[in-house]
Amino acid sequence: MKENRKTRFKRFTKAFKREWQLHLMVLFPVVYLIIFDYIPMYGMQIAFRDFRPKTKIWGSKWVGLKWFKDFTSSPDFGLIFMNTIILSLYSLATFPIPIIFALLLNAMKGERYKKVVQTISYMPHFISTTVMVGMFLMLASPISGIYGNIFRMFGGVGYPLDFRATAAAFRHIYIWTGEWQGLGWSAIIYLASLSSVSSELHEAAQIDGASRFKRIWYVDIPSIMPTIAMKLVLACTGIIGVGFEKAFLLQSSLNLSVSEVISTYIYKKGMASFRNYSYGAAVGMFQTVINMFLMILVNTAVSKATDGEISMY
Amino acid sequence: MKKTVNKKKISKQGMSDATFNTFLVVLVTIILLIELYPMIFVVSSSFSSGNAVSSGRVLLWPVEFSVKGYEMVFKNQMIWGGYANTFVYVVGGTITNLFFTVCGAYPLSRRGYCIKGFIVKFLTISMFFGGGLIATYIWVNDLGLVNTRTWMIISGAVSISHIILMRTFFQTGVPEELLESAKMDGISDIGYLFKIVLPLSKAVISVITLYCIVGKWNEFFGPMLYLRDREKYPLILITNEILVGAKFNTAEFTDQNLIEQMAAIVDTMKYALIMVSTVPMLILYPFVQKFFEKGVMVGSIKG
Repeated sequence: MKENRKTRFKRFTKAFKREWQLHLMVLFPVVYLIIFDYIPMYGMQIAFRDFRPKTKIWGSKWVGLKWFKDFTSSPDFGLIFMNTIILSLYSLATFPIPIIFALLLNAMKGERYKKVVQTISYMPHFISTTVMVGMFLMLASPISGIYGNIFRMFGGVGYPLDFRATAAAFRHIYIWTGEWQGLGWSAIIYLASLSSVSSELHEAAQIDGASRFKRIWYVDIPSIMPTIAMKLVLACTGIIGVGFEKAFLLQSSLNLSVSEVISTYIYKKGMASFRNYSYGAAVGMFQTVINMFLMILVNTAVSKATDGEISMY
Repeated sequence: MKKTVNKKKISKQGMSDATFNTFLVVLVTIILLIELYPMIFVVSSSFSSGNAVSSGRVLLWPVEFSVKGYEMVFKNQMIWGGYANTFVYVVGGTITNLFFTVCGAYPLSRRGYCIKGFIVKFLTISMFFGGGLIATYIWVNDLGLVNTRTWMIISGAVSISHIILMRTFFQTGVPEELLESAKMDGISDIGYLFKIVLPLSKAVISVITLYCIVGKWNEFFGPMLYLRDREKYPLILITNEILVGAKFNTAEFTDQNLIEQMAAIVDTMKYALIMVSTVPMLILYPFVQKFFEKGVMVGSIKG
């Protein structure tokens, strides 16, 4: 046994010396991560302290779970939490749409038209969130946007209702602008998978008399199941981290009751005019913990359901 | 014999298949139009006169063709400044990210790299944990990097997903035999990287370059959080001020009515601004498209 350990250690040191160039290379990302990822991890403890810039981390008083208690018992908590969850679930509900689109496009005949459609469909993905929101605000203008113009085209008098800042419209605006933008791009992955489906399978199905529709159901869908499962897991785990940008940009004094989500709350309470770093850090930690928990939960479930085939790690 | 049998069976299904295909084409076309129309509207509005746009007369094609909107955009010094900054951040950020990605991916792709396991664990942990928004900000501030162009360039330089993508590509796209024969020729690890691996990796390098460029071009939250000086603002922050008008340094936001009034004057300019800040990204894609499908495949299935 001792000989084994000795020789293994010797082999290791030999390899270690030999591979010095690889060490040199890998040092770059490692050092970067130590500086910008691991060290700030240490700073996370301000979530348990009453951080003041003057006293730095060490000097700030330890307050334990005070901020967490403050957050969960604050009157806003229920609302913010619900807003985040509802938005996420709504977003999750639109998960099948790119899949259906990819299946339709793949089954359609006409190579050139297909290419045109695909190219146009993923163009919106390159539009930044800010431009997307800006575009929407203008297009939905009752005065000068498509919305108003079509209203008048159908004989409407005056101006239609301006719904852009209303609470009722917020969620739908948030989700469907996202869908408009992401449809083509998300579909790319499914289309790539579909194109690698062995044509023999399709021919065999055809010989058995399966219609195009049946072939989609029995050949296409099963063959992209792994891709679907993987993307579903990723989508589920992002539930509580509902995007900051779009919610923030679409917020107005009218719709705060539905548009305030955890990430915007963290920003406002932690960084903006209120600037209570510790409180913001605590809520952020809350968000991370739930994210992690969800991720492990969903990954374990999917992994068990597919006998360990689909897993993130 | 087999061929005739197939034809017979298929032609039996022929009718329903053809109808089905028509149905598909109709559905797909509807989706296409929904995706396309807003974009066409933006292009047309940007080339219409200010009056035509603000009085709502634009429906599909430009009305009263004019480049006034573009004129206003190009006269605006802030926009030029934003463009210059974005260019610097994009080029700097992409090169930095590519560098760190290769540095991370290459050693990890080498079979039997002695400390591979440790490095992988190290990277994986950082993927899930970090300082979080606040702690990172405080630390970056302590480092004196807040409100610096340097931070705009190097933030996000290490992207675990990029490293995984590239590593997977190296592992599956570069045959192990090449390494063995190269070693016999006495090549070094770094030499192997430059002479053999990288030349074979154009696909994945293109994909990651595209991700970087688009990511940095559209990056909003980082610049919003860390920059104070207007001169350092990337185009997207300037665009945001003009298009959305939200004041992001306070907790108050301008109400829609005010924006409407401003909009009456500068509507066509806004559309021109949208074009100017988005079209570079749209032009980029066709150039990379050739390599893209391959790269995405690798990333999605194995990644």
